[in-house]
Amino acid sequence: MQGAGHAVCLGPDIDTDLVIAGRYLRTKDHSVWVSHVFEDLDPALAGQLNGAVIVAGKNFGCGSSREQAALALREAGVAAVIAPSFARIFFRNAINVGLPAIECSVSCTEGEIVRFDLAAGWVDAGGSRYPVRPLSPRMQEILSAGGLVSYWRSHR
Amino acid sequence: MSTLSERILGASAGEYVDRKVDRAYVHDGTGVLTLETWKQMGTERLSDIPELYVLFDHIVPANNTTTATLQHELREFACGSFLHFSDIGGGICHQLMSEGVVLPGEVVVGADSHSCTPGAFGAFATGVGATDMAAIWLTGETWFRVPDSIGIHLSGALTSGAEAKDLALSYVSRLGMDGGTYCALEFIGEGVKTFPMDDRLTLCNLSVETGAKTGMFYADDITVRYLASVGQKAGQQIPETCTYVRELDLDLADIVPLVAVSNRVDTVKPVQDVAGQSIDQVFIGTCTNGRYSDLVHLAKIVKGRKVAVRTIVVPASRAVLAEAIRTGVLADIIEAGCTIGTPGCGPCLGAHMGVLGEGEVCLSTANRNFKNRMGVGGEIYLSSVATAATSALAGEITEPEAD
Repeated sequence: MQGAGHAVCLGPDIDTDLVIAGRYLRTKDHSVWVSHVFEDLDPALAGQLNGAVIVAGKNFGCGSSREQAALALREAGVAAVIAPSFARIFFRNAINVGLPAIECSVSCTEGEIVRFDLAAGWVDAGGSRYPVRPLSPRMQEILSAGGLVSYWRSHR
Repeated sequence: MSTLSERILGASAGEYVDRKVDRAYVHDGTGVLTLETWKQMGTERLSDIPELYVLFDHIVPANNTTTATLQHELREFACGSFLHFSDIGGGICHQLMSEGVVLPGEVVVGADSHSCTPGAFGAFATGVGATDMAAIWLTGETWFRVPDSIGIHLSGALTSGAEAKDLALSYVSRLGMDGGTYCALEFIGEGVKTFPMDDRLTLCNLSVETGAKTGMFYADDITVRYLASVGQKAGQQIPETCTYVRELDLDLADIVPLVAVSNRVDTVKPVQDVAGQSIDQVFIGTCTNGRYSDLVHLAKIVKGRKVAVRTIVVPASRAVLAEAIRTGVLADIIEAGCTIGTPGCGPCLGAHMGVLGEGEVCLSTANRNFKNRMGVGGEIYLSSVATAATSALAGEITEPEAD
């Protein structure tokens, strides 16, 4: 899987309450979340996410298991989330909804174009190429299928 | 020689395994998305594992029409499909799984991050998201990466004034919010013998706040006796010599009353360092500290006195509430001026029953103090029951007295 987008840079330990607050969870209308992503971190961020690659610090997605965090980022048009490490439930959730979560330590500046190629195992940012920690074969299959729903629809 | 995770999952740390799960549970929050996703998977077939649970605890009773409608659909499905179902007021999912359901050696998954809690029974218990859970409904199994384990070696005994919660905050601060990521925590050493099951559940509950996949105790005579008291037979698990990726030695005698200050669970200070901090609300409950022994402890401190700030007490389950009524503990709590909520998660997640106003401060026995979690502009400090009860009486954060 390949992709690119403008970098939106965030700090470490971004919890899923910050990605999408609990007060917005109770709905089946996923589009509701698009305008509230990261609201408690910085309300201006939601408008910058379409086509973005989020470049975050360690332990992205910690806290609550709410899958709405991964869904909200996907619905907002985020191309991928890159971080040195992820909280494990968010990591599984992201891959399961078809959102690339890329374990990689990247140094880059806000707004610059970040490219990634998961099959080849690299991220390009700030004129440097960074190695990606590979996904397990199963997670690669799930991501390639576009998420776990499509994966099971094709495997049943 | 194996860690407990390796023994239960049947493979070595770092290996990927597909495992049938013994029990899988969702609550009213994650269950809605699980049901939606499971329907999208196409077959509308439930796996043949019988132990699927739908346990309402997050917003109980429903706080508005939208929530009520979503809950109605999930309730109809759960009852129509003959899943184990607990409606409003039954209690917190992790607590219900701990009242004689989860047994040593089982693989248990819950669609909630604090599903690590029943690891206290020597089970491999962990949280998953809604889509993983939907696939488990479909197939009865899921994949795991067998975790490396961190040994938390406990020695000695707690001294007066300190509780299991203080120990939990202590290990979270030492490991940090990602110090346990992808790992399992194993609580070992002679000190484990000083902790009854309620305390072990508290200690395992906080493990996810280090990023850990689960927290575990080996089933011992304390586990077996507890399970016998709730009608279950189980055997003990004998620890083997094994390799930990990291070991943490904690002398329980060194543990003092602690608080986690807003907005991070790993930013922990001695209570005496923040003594005098004014508070607007005290909340005692949750999957961390809403058990019967917690209510007993609360009652002991507030009996015959009056709380100085609004104090919300939410029993973790109907069984906890019933026991507190039967023994008179609840009367002591109510007469001290505390308010009792429906068994469940209460205001922990900021949905209802104690949401904070802007600029308000809450001292809570819960497990998360993230920014705005209990209400936009509110601040959360986390503490033990003793610290929360003592502070409720004083109207400001106050160190608990030695027993």
